[in-house]
Amino acid sequence: MKKFSRILFLTILFIGFQFSSIAAEKVEYLKTDWSFKGPFGKFDRAALQRGYQVYQEVCSSCHSMKYLSYRNLVEKGGPEFSVEQAKAIAASFEVKDGPNADGEMFMRPGRLSDKFVMPYENEKAAQAANGGAYPPDMTVLVKARGGGVDYIYSLLQGYEDPPPVGVSLDDGVYYNKYMYGNKIKMSNQLSDGLVEYSDGTNASVEQMAKDVSTFLMWTAEPHLETRHRMGFKAIVYLIILTVLVYFSMKRIWSRVKTEV
Amino acid sequence: MSEHEYVPKSKAGKWFNDRLPLLTLANHLTDYPTPKNLNYWWTFGGILTFCLITQIVTGLVLAMHYIAHADMAFGSVEHIMRDVNYGWLIRYIHANGASMFFLAVYIHIFRSLFYGSYKSPREIIWIIGIIIYLLMMAAAFLGYVLPWGQMSFWGATVITNLFSAIPFVGEGIVTWLWGGYSVDNPTLTRFFTLHYLIPFLILGLVVLHIWALHVPGNNNPIGIDIKKPSKDTVPFHPYIVIKDGFALLMFMIVFAFFVFYTPNILGHADNYIEANPLVTPAHIVPEWYLLPFYAILRSVPDKLLGVIAMLSAILILAALPWLDTSKIRSAVFRPLYKQFYWILVADVLILGYVGAMPAEGLYLLIARIATAYYFLHFLVVLPILGFKERTTPVPLSITEPILGGSSNLAAMKNKDSFKG
Repeated sequence: MKKFSRILFLTILFIGFQFSSIAAEKVEYLKTDWSFKGPFGKFDRAALQRGYQVYQEVCSSCHSMKYLSYRNLVEKGGPEFSVEQAKAIAASFEVKDGPNADGEMFMRPGRLSDKFVMPYENEKAAQAANGGAYPPDMTVLVKARGGGVDYIYSLLQGYEDPPPVGVSLDDGVYYNKYMYGNKIKMSNQLSDGLVEYSDGTNASVEQMAKDVSTFLMWTAEPHLETRHRMGFKAIVYLIILTVLVYFSMKRIWSRVKTEV
Repeated sequence: MSEHEYVPKSKAGKWFNDRLPLLTLANHLTDYPTPKNLNYWWTFGGILTFCLITQIVTGLVLAMHYIAHADMAFGSVEHIMRDVNYGWLIRYIHANGASMFFLAVYIHIFRSLFYGSYKSPREIIWIIGIIIYLLMMAAAFLGYVLPWGQMSFWGATVITNLFSAIPFVGEGIVTWLWGGYSVDNPTLTRFFTLHYLIPFLILGLVVLHIWALHVPGNNNPIGIDIKKPSKDTVPFHPYIVIKDGFALLMFMIVFAFFVFYTPNILGHADNYIEANPLVTPAHIVPEWYLLPFYAILRSVPDKLLGVIAMLSAILILAALPWLDTSKIRSAVFRPLYKQFYWILVADVLILGYVGAMPAEGLYLLIARIATAYYFLHFLVVLPILGFKERTTPVPLSITEPILGGSSNLAAMKNKDSFKG
């Protein structure tokens, strides 16, 4: 037991070291209560639908979403649009298809099975249109940033204009408290009332940032709800089994004169 | 190990067993006399077997959906995460399984260090174990490259570049490893092939590891030779099976917690960015389980010497049975060694910590001191300790300390043979 406590102590010391060093390095992100955190966390359906709207109306003109299909919008655990709604969303985009019988490529309205339409033909075109900076694909963006969803949420609200005294910015570069190095090539995108939510929610900057961050969390982890549900069942099952095996073990070892 | 030859009861069984003695093997495995005082640190062998099987099974399924191509690997992993039925579960088990595997193997190794399990007559078990550990590191590194994220790509670049430190032929070897002039598609396809191969090599070595173990039998917490079978032993089944099963379930609860609730905490965020040869990440760090060796590598200012130091740090373990000159196995009876053991544990943890930090200033200084101490422990402390240490009396049998046979202990003291 003494040995065990010593190992535990060292491990805690080690983890403590790690966290303190991480904390010292980074700014505190803005806090908000996410419905999907915790072992029973679920997505807020309405927030996902609003988040999709913000992505569609604000982000999607520059940021692609290449691993998502329109059919995903219908799937359980996501925004859960109705099939009709999702079909209408898909049909509002022009998708390049082909070649047809004449060997020509042609445009047609999108279908549920199509991937999200990309804003640019290719990476070079995206860079050319954005002053050399490539707007990253957003599908797994939340998982691709150290601070995760809190980072995205904070970044969207972290612009300071004019920048703090003593910070000089080049043309097309903006100051953001939460960006690595504080300099970002994306200008402030959100302003109060920028989108008109169909469910009547007041579109404040904070609200939009939260909704679109929730949406991006879902695009990065589309099976999060199943994972949480299954995890709870799996762990409860394992604990029950462990207890049963523990008593079986005690019983079996009671035949031997030794501790187990 | 049984005293008498095993004979199957049924006629068919006897017929089969005379031609292929599988039943004799099964009988040996169930009856295998095991010291009854093994503590929970001894359950990690079974846990490691579980880890290996889990990695192989989940890996097979992943390989059915993964595409080893520089343009498609990242996308195919996302396909697994999104569209393959329970693909997310299988991938998260595989990714976190690697970390769990290393967690278990480190406990297993440090258990061996504490109780002197590497000492005669178990040197071969220990050396096979070190080879398994090396192969595990290779498999983990190769596997980390496969998702073709930023850390995959740059990790592969950094590690393969280490070979360029070899004088004269280094550059040639690196080009040969890459299959080109940079890490690219040929590198990915061969890494995938090797990542598929290595687990089966490990499996073969595990069989040898267990075979070698079954010759002298298990070491035990008091580190004495015991008569088998005797009052000091229990048959492997059901006693050890149920105890290993219980420990495995506890381990699986921790495992499940990672898989279901924090599946990405042990990985690096940058690996969710597709590999880009034109953009270097701010910090290139390996997975946590390789950090101590990464710290050793970086603490030496010269590239070639750094690589040599890193390799020696692992290979020195293979020489451990001869570096440790003490005749007493278990640290329980070695008061000084016990202290040095815990200093070594702390030293390795410190190395791991500084390995994750940028190699500059105070971190670099700490890394250098810790690296020096690591080698000092094996090359100076252990050989000297065996001669100088005053060990405490060792009981004659396992039953003795439990029954409190103090007369024997007194007799042992007079013999004076445990001073070293």
